[in-house]
Amino acid sequence: MQAFTEYSVINAALGGFHVVDMITQLFFFLILLILVRKFAWGPVMDMMQKREDYVAGEIEAAEKSREEAEKASNEAVEQLKQTKQEAQKIVEDAKNAGVRQEQDIIAAARAEADRIKHAAQADIQNEKEKALQALQDKVASLSVLIASKVIEKEISTQDQEKLINDYIKEVGEEL
Amino acid sequence: MFERGVSKVDHGAPIIENLFGISWLSVNLSNILMMFITSVIVFVLCVLGARRLQMKPTGAQNAMEWVLDFVKGIINDTMDWKTGKLFLPLGLTLFTYILVGNMLGVMTNGVVGHDLWWKSPTADPGITLTLSAMVIVLTHFYGIKLRGGKEYVKDYFRPMWPLFPIKIVEEFSNTLTLGLRLFGNLYAGEVLLALLVGLTTSSWLGFLGGAIPFLAWQGFSIFIGGIQAFIFTMLTMVYMSHKVSEEH
Repeated sequence: MQAFTEYSVINAALGGFHVVDMITQLFFFLILLILVRKFAWGPVMDMMQKREDYVAGEIEAAEKSREEAEKASNEAVEQLKQTKQEAQKIVEDAKNAGVRQEQDIIAAARAEADRIKHAAQADIQNEKEKALQALQDKVASLSVLIASKVIEKEISTQDQEKLINDYIKEVGEEL
Repeated sequence: MFERGVSKVDHGAPIIENLFGISWLSVNLSNILMMFITSVIVFVLCVLGARRLQMKPTGAQNAMEWVLDFVKGIINDTMDWKTGKLFLPLGLTLFTYILVGNMLGVMTNGVVGHDLWWKSPTADPGITLTLSAMVIVLTHFYGIKLRGGKEYVKDYFRPMWPLFPIKIVEEFSNTLTLGLRLFGNLYAGEVLLALLVGLTTSSWLGFLGGAIPFLAWQGFSIFIGGIQAFIFTMLTMVYMSHKVSEEH
């Protein structure tokens, strides 16, 4: 009896096991679990997940844009280099063209000058021949005139010829 | 109808025995009250903390995320996050409920008449054992659900079959130690606080002698309350990982 009393006192001191308490605790805890998950932790977790995704996305986007910028800058450098080369080539070409044109012009001028010179020479020759011809014609008529004059004076044919030739010679030398 | 049990030195508890005339059905109304209050406080705090959630957290949201990360860390320590995230709400609710319950009893103990009404709900063995039994049942449930019945049964014979009886005993001892550890710490804390309150209010000399130890012990009890909430959650996840993880 004494032992039983002591036992029950300890039991009571600890509060004992109350079935209703235990069932209520289980019920309350499960209800609380469902409620806080739905109204508190669920949204917080969603928000944290969303932030995580956002940050990951931002990092990815930043990396991508950095890569793109690098690519664009490389392209620009490449293009600049190409443009420089092209410009240099154009200048060189222009220089070459200028030199060639200069030579062409000089050659053409020289050829033209030659042509003109030759033409002038040919003209001169021509005129000279024409003059000679005219002179000869004139000399012939003159000689006929002279001959008639000489005949009048009865000059031998030998003298006459000599006279003509001398005359012509004289004229030729004068020319 | 009220039979007063002797609790907390010389205070009774509002216990109703033989509820509805059923001999084994009894209820401690103080427990019911404190469970309700604790649940409401946890719920209100959590919902207030989860208001106006933003991408850039401010104020209460920071605190909520800190708690969440803390419990997440506990889970990550014991199992991989892929299965672990399933137990995050359970861990969070256990941690916050036990922490708030512990703090309620440390800060104040309320006596109405001769009955102790206001105390920690976790300073009752029935309640802590209910929580621990629930946790152990959940570990078995998820062990079967996530790994299949065959693997679950095989686990009792690993690493070798003679360990089978020990494995069975382990399940019960886990339940007992998990629940009674929490109860013991909280109950001892409250008993000592009640004793010191008695000493402090008894006389002037008692006040001088008891005030400083009372403050010290109250501070220490707050520390113990936090530690015990952490340990309960931690062990829950350890037991859970034993059942749901492939490797041991």
